[in-house]
Amino acid sequence: MENILEYLKAERSQEWRTEIRKSMKAKDRMAKVRTEMPEEDPNIRNTSNIEVNSGLTAEQAVLEAQRCIDCPSPTCITGCPVGINIPKFIKKIETEDFLGAAEVLKDTNGLPAVCGRVCPQEKQCEAQCFYTIKMDKPPVAIGYLERFAADFERDSGQMAIPDTDEFNNIKLAVIGSGPAGLAAAGDLAKFGYDVTVFEALHEIGGVLKYGIPEFRLPNEVVDVEIESLRKMGVKFRTNFIVGKTASFEDLKEEGYQAFFVGSGAGLPRFMNIPGENFNGIFSSNEYLTRVNLMNAANPDFDTPVISGNLVAVIGGGNTAMDSVRTAKRLGAERSMIIYRRSEEEMPARVEEVKHAKEEGIEFMNLHNPLEYFADEKGRVNKMKVQKMELGAPDASGRRRPIPIEGSEFMIDVDTVVVSVGVSPNPLIPASLPNLKVTDWGTIVVDKETMQSSIPELFAGGDIVRGGATVILAMGDGRKAAAGMHQYIMEKIKAN
Amino acid sequence: MSKILEKEFFSENVVKLVLDAPEIARSRKPGHFVIIKIDKRGERIPLTIASSDPEKGTLTLVVQKVGVTSAKLAAMQVGDEIMDVVGPLGKATHIEKVGTVLCAGGGVGVAPLLPIVEGFKKAGNRVITVLAARNKDLVILEEQMREFSDEVIVMTDDGSSGKKGLVTAGMEEVIQREKVDLSVVIGPAIMMKFAALTTKKYNIETYASLNTIMVDGTGMCGACRVSVGGKTKFVCVDGPEFNAHQVDFDQMMSRLGAYKDQEIEAYEKYLQTVEIDG
Repeated sequence: MENILEYLKAERSQEWRTEIRKSMKAKDRMAKVRTEMPEEDPNIRNTSNIEVNSGLTAEQAVLEAQRCIDCPSPTCITGCPVGINIPKFIKKIETEDFLGAAEVLKDTNGLPAVCGRVCPQEKQCEAQCFYTIKMDKPPVAIGYLERFAADFERDSGQMAIPDTDEFNNIKLAVIGSGPAGLAAAGDLAKFGYDVTVFEALHEIGGVLKYGIPEFRLPNEVVDVEIESLRKMGVKFRTNFIVGKTASFEDLKEEGYQAFFVGSGAGLPRFMNIPGENFNGIFSSNEYLTRVNLMNAANPDFDTPVISGNLVAVIGGGNTAMDSVRTAKRLGAERSMIIYRRSEEEMPARVEEVKHAKEEGIEFMNLHNPLEYFADEKGRVNKMKVQKMELGAPDASGRRRPIPIEGSEFMIDVDTVVVSVGVSPNPLIPASLPNLKVTDWGTIVVDKETMQSSIPELFAGGDIVRGGATVILAMGDGRKAAAGMHQYIMEKIKAN
Repeated sequence: MSKILEKEFFSENVVKLVLDAPEIARSRKPGHFVIIKIDKRGERIPLTIASSDPEKGTLTLVVQKVGVTSAKLAAMQVGDEIMDVVGPLGKATHIEKVGTVLCAGGGVGVAPLLPIVEGFKKAGNRVITVLAARNKDLVILEEQMREFSDEVIVMTDDGSSGKKGLVTAGMEEVIQREKVDLSVVIGPAIMMKFAALTTKKYNIETYASLNTIMVDGTGMCGACRVSVGGKTKFVCVDGPEFNAHQVDFDQMMSRLGAYKDQEIEAYEKYLQTVEIDG
């Protein structure tokens, strides 16, 4: 910690940084108004896959960067799971060195264009911004600026490939190519390792590809970031399930010396209420995978999808918002969120809820499904819901929803998407009987090194957390990469 | 990429494909399946494995033309490549010495039954196999089954091969004649439903291997969910084999028809393009 503070202090006192800081009075910086993110028209975007947020212009970005007063002890960084040097990249933007800003981001974050779009900044860096905690003013738009710098670099065609240490020929395996795996792979490649990422699906990117829709995170953005990992020497193998296609033992024989497991929380939860297996009722994973990964809504692709007219999405998280907004885009007349608590308790990002409302999504908060009904063909056609009220806070700190007796009523639906959370994917734990897992099926790891009960196996992301965010998964991946590096170095020393 | 090394039509609609897939060929066990996607625009479909040769690195699949993807597969030629093949998926069959095992296969369900028959035979069991099909031309892998079965009973709907009657008649014949310790049934859902009802009458432990709609095949999507003993299970990671007496086959059949309208429409469109090209 001391070292980091010293480093930040030294960085801050560099000449260019001092100069730009002094170019404008703090009072003038603080008088500026937070930039609004330009957005596509809600009634146009809800019929297409066009990205909702269109990104800041260079002019807007510089103006926003000027709001940052470059605090002596920047609290924003403490809110960032991957520890981005936030004031430094923002001041690079202020000096109009946009490529330099991107380079700062990439020092600690392999996927800045992704994080700039999907991170819950309002709960992380921006929640710790000086403006938020001391001034009670809107924070510096750190997320918008991150996205701006990353997009600028991508569009410039001058992508910087991070420096890597001398190639050491030590083979390491990363299992799963979602955010945790990609972050681990990037850092391990920087340390000079021979890294192979094994992916079960036919595409690289995990939840960034199958889960998050195009209108929130275009696939092209993900692909460019993956390409930059390839340029750093990371190898990818699709259609490969470690523990099935080949065992851990097989891979050890091939020379892999340590493993990072970032296999995600791939198992969708259902509510186990009557009628839940009727046709037309999907998990959000299935619904989104069909549309995002398999391109099911495009008639030129072979995968079918049911594009319903009366769609109910159960849940209040980001995945629920992605599903309900996807349904609208597939042409649904009614796209409804059915959530058992109130908007205040919704786990979804405020921005996603705002966007959903603008797009014509109906919110039935404080409602809970009880049972589904189907037509003679087995296709869902009605659901019974019950009204809820809020009681005392539960273990999660949110007010507990309590059913209101006698408030049940029916809603006509033809498609239901169940988005009430996911459980850890069982494939890896099932193939390693000695691996210590929790009762929930998550892998038990050391919080600092991310090492599991099997010394050469490290893990992070949702397989450890059970269902969290892209950025927390990436933070885990980075921590695990450091843990693996230390493990290998100690092993070499011992021999 | 997986190259097609051999191709043989068992009948007009049933084709055997031998693929180059060395890793899967080495690691697969009886009961496992694969998911394939033909090309960039293809869908992911689960296919059962009939056999593999770990030395040659080959995987034998038997495919029945039922929709666009299976028809496209059947139209592929030796030397063509399938873009994505992933596996082996599912839990392997639990094979041990139990005594007498009655295996029943219907239609292309006979293909995944073959390695299970072989496994039980090699584990020292007496294995009696009932093969059922609509007619003589649709009876597949009979010779291979004879190699690993103590007895093979062929049942056809029209009596053109073996005995005339349904699979259940063949099974009852065996059950009434001798003690059966375990039964394994694989075939169309309706066939497995009635096979399970038959063995339930006699209280014989029975496993059915289910082939449902899947997307990823790794537990992620839940498209394959079935109700087993009143609980929702995922065929891809909890199965594909389940206690046949507890499977809700009616629900399974309904779920198999979830995309029927789209499938028929897509298949008709596909047939038109084939006619134009041809």
